[in-house]
Amino acid sequence: MMNFPIISSLILLPSIGALFLFFINSKNITGIKYVSLFVSIINFLISIYLWLIFDQSSYEFQFVESRVWIKDFINYKVGVDGISILFIILTTFITPLCILSVNSSIKNRLKEFLIAILLMETLMIGVFCSLDLVIFYLFFEGGLIPMFLIIGIWGGERRVYSAFKFFLFTLLGSVLMLIAVISIYWIAGTTDVEELYKLGIDPKYQNLLWLAFFSSFAVKTPMWPVHTWLPDAHVEAPTAGSVLLAAILLKMAGYGFIRFSIGLFPVASEYFIPFIFVISLIAIIYTSLVALMQDDMKKLIAYSSVAHMGFVTLGLFTFTQQGVEGGIFQMISHGIVSAALFFSVGVVYDRTHSRRINDYGGLVNVMPKYSILLMVFVLGSLGLPGTTGFIGEFLILMGTFKKSFLVAAIASLGVILGAAYMLWLYKRIVFGELTNQKLLKITDLNKVELSILTLLALSIIFFGFYPDPFSNTYSVSVENFLNEYNDKLNSYNLQNQ
Amino acid sequence: MINFFFISTEIFLSLSILFLLLIGVFKKNSESFIYNFSCIILLVGLAININLNPQFSIDLFNNSYKIDYFTTLIKSVILISAFLVMLCSLNYVKQNDILKIEYPILILSSILGMLVMVSSNDLIVFYVGLELQSLALYVLAAFKRDNILSSESGLKYFILSALSSGLLLYGCSLIYGFSSSTNFDLIYQNSDSIEYGIIFGIVFVLVGLAFKITAVPFHMWAPDVYDGSPTSVTVIFAILPKIAALTVFINFLYGPFLEMFDQWQAVIIFLSIGSMVFGAVAAIGQKKLKRLIAYSSISHMGFALAGLSVGTNEGIQNSIIYLIIYLIMNIAFFCCLFMLKRENQYFDKVEDLSGLSKNHPLLSLSLMVILFSLAGIPPLAGFFAKFYIFTAVIEQSMYFLAIVGLLSTVIAAFYYIRLIKVMYFDEEREKYDLNHSISLKMILVVSSTIILIYFINPNIINNFVSNITII
Repeated sequence: MMNFPIISSLILLPSIGALFLFFINSKNITGIKYVSLFVSIINFLISIYLWLIFDQSSYEFQFVESRVWIKDFINYKVGVDGISILFIILTTFITPLCILSVNSSIKNRLKEFLIAILLMETLMIGVFCSLDLVIFYLFFEGGLIPMFLIIGIWGGERRVYSAFKFFLFTLLGSVLMLIAVISIYWIAGTTDVEELYKLGIDPKYQNLLWLAFFSSFAVKTPMWPVHTWLPDAHVEAPTAGSVLLAAILLKMAGYGFIRFSIGLFPVASEYFIPFIFVISLIAIIYTSLVALMQDDMKKLIAYSSVAHMGFVTLGLFTFTQQGVEGGIFQMISHGIVSAALFFSVGVVYDRTHSRRINDYGGLVNVMPKYSILLMVFVLGSLGLPGTTGFIGEFLILMGTFKKSFLVAAIASLGVILGAAYMLWLYKRIVFGELTNQKLLKITDLNKVELSILTLLALSIIFFGFYPDPFSNTYSVSVENFLNEYNDKLNSYNLQNQ
Repeated sequence: MINFFFISTEIFLSLSILFLLLIGVFKKNSESFIYNFSCIILLVGLAININLNPQFSIDLFNNSYKIDYFTTLIKSVILISAFLVMLCSLNYVKQNDILKIEYPILILSSILGMLVMVSSNDLIVFYVGLELQSLALYVLAAFKRDNILSSESGLKYFILSALSSGLLLYGCSLIYGFSSSTNFDLIYQNSDSIEYGIIFGIVFVLVGLAFKITAVPFHMWAPDVYDGSPTSVTVIFAILPKIAALTVFINFLYGPFLEMFDQWQAVIIFLSIGSMVFGAVAAIGQKKLKRLIAYSSISHMGFALAGLSVGTNEGIQNSIIYLIIYLIMNIAFFCCLFMLKRENQYFDKVEDLSGLSKNHPLLSLSLMVILFSLAGIPPLAGFFAKFYIFTAVIEQSMYFLAIVGLLSTVIAAFYYIRLIKVMYFDEEREKYDLNHSISLKMILVVSSTIILIYFINPNIINNFVSNITII
């Protein structure tokens, strides 16, 4: 155990950076950019260091810090295990890229934008390492404020509508979770997650509490039928906002399912498996079909996110080693791939100010580098072997087959549909005749864009061929997670017999 | 003599009021002096009050007056907030031509009334305090006498308040009739058998008190009076009488009628749910900031009442924390309102905030923090206020109240973020003046910083409250 509070510094550093930015003159644009980039890269390095010294053979929470926060009530407690550390790295990896990308996309109020992004980073990391329900809720909900502003101030034409929809949907989902959190405090006497794992929660309350948590996570995931805020938010948010939303914010809910819904309420989770399967399947099939018919690139990717998150929930609720690992891997993979896709859309949007697919076509003639990289991302998204997308989907389907043949068969259809809309999108944007005259003058990627996209493409391919760094990290935790799940379930079943 | 020692705050305030009246009569153009002097009087009063620091409950004047930790704390809160209110509204008062000698003196008398109310342990003392505070406020509401809205609001407040006082007195007389005493302790002893007459009495008194804290369905005066009165008086309405009246709620319900908890709990829950929901829904359509904050305060009082409906010490403590955070947020909000002026004209419409963030980034940043906090979004102070309340509510398994309350915060969030939308997403307008007094700026900065960083160490405020024991 280390004495240096490494997790807290990981959480706090971006906020300190934001505070620092606050006092820089907003005219000093390069200074602002470099400070924020510097802070986020340092944070990334710290998280890599954390990963290196992380003990992969243990399923215990590591680097745990605990101190009194509200007297006799709540302790500030953070720590990581094999599952959460990956999400932290995803966050610290994506944030510097977002900051890099603002060069071309954000024209006004750059300082405020970067402050919002850095605050978001603090809150997102906080979500993934909090080991207390109230602390988790604070970070989870606190993210609403910067994201609301990111969409509302720097968004597109219908930004106000989208920002309001995003804010009110997520708030509505979360207040029920708050009630559940407080109820857990009175039922179990603590909100400390580790303690709660040990104590367990009385099964007679579990179903209601599970539903309350579900209402929050379902909105955030988003699951059908409460996914409607996501396309709007994605379409109107600026590139960096969309990236954060798709890559990390959606993962908060997936992570929440693992850590809280399943971890705390195993009996209820088992009870609700059919329910989750049905809405996951609807999400996969229905939103894939909807994605096929979109003529807005960002909307298409947004709907594809809903479908991919449907795979994630499907995998998590199979409660098989493959399914859960697949779900986690799919989240990481989707984090990288969807970020890459939104960056790619941002690249052409900055040049032409259009997101309509019909305005494009034949880009391969003028933007060869872009076309190659976009190809990687499209293939990653549809799950071609050799990309990260494949591993996630494959594991999930394997886990699902163990549980139910029918569900897996239907879910596989989703894979085909996914291939259909992504390839069709690629065909319509990149191939064909160059009909739009505006596109003739379009320039290929500049250095910054090239480096962002290449980095993402490389990681998609690298981890597609060599997923071990990820899977080694989480496998012990997942194994223990499933063992505990089964133990709790068995003891419950024994009691009832 | 010991009796007089413990009410030295009240005595000091009364003597000061008389002294200031004398100065006002005999010295010409002494308005500014009196105003500033009354600020100092409030501070001195605060010092005296803190100095009392009673370790246990002290009953004075045949048990009709009570001094304990709780009342002393509330009195300090009232005195501090009155001081801050007077400090931040000084420029407004000057520029709107309402700086007359009566103005600060009326505020002081109203404060005196509140202090008496808070400490009262007898129905008659309580009523005297209540009327002293209300009478001064009627006049203050109508203080801009050339303004038709102001006169209307004063008159409206007076008539409706008189009606509610009538109900309250009727309730008092019923309680007296059925328990044969006006003293809270004696009522407690005499009313162990459940009499319908006493329940009627309680309900009538509650109506009168609900009127003072603008709980639904006795709220209808609030938007008009808030809107019509000068802003410097609105801020008083929004904060001070509510603290005093809510304290009386606690003293009254948890004192003589503690045993009848089951009977009055339903009334409080009804008031609470009504206020939370109605305040949230009705504020959506408002175009004026003062009306909006009136509805918002109705809704906030609903939350404070929710803490009182629980019947535990924690519930009461959490209500007090809620009140303290509420008053910090409101003072900060009104500071922002005082800053919306251009060439001595003050603006108070929602559309006047349009694009504020471009010209006044710091002002709109603080206002944003305040609004998110009023909406109860973590990690701001307003969230914790609600969180504590619902912790107490859920402890007693009152899930219905908790769910309704939290859903109403979602509705309420809509109009708060609408203001943020207007400030941040809309087109900018002309600039406002920047020449604000240093005290106004200080109060705004300090209060919004408290709201922002409350989460770092919540114990600072909680520690004051955790010593309160009512039950």
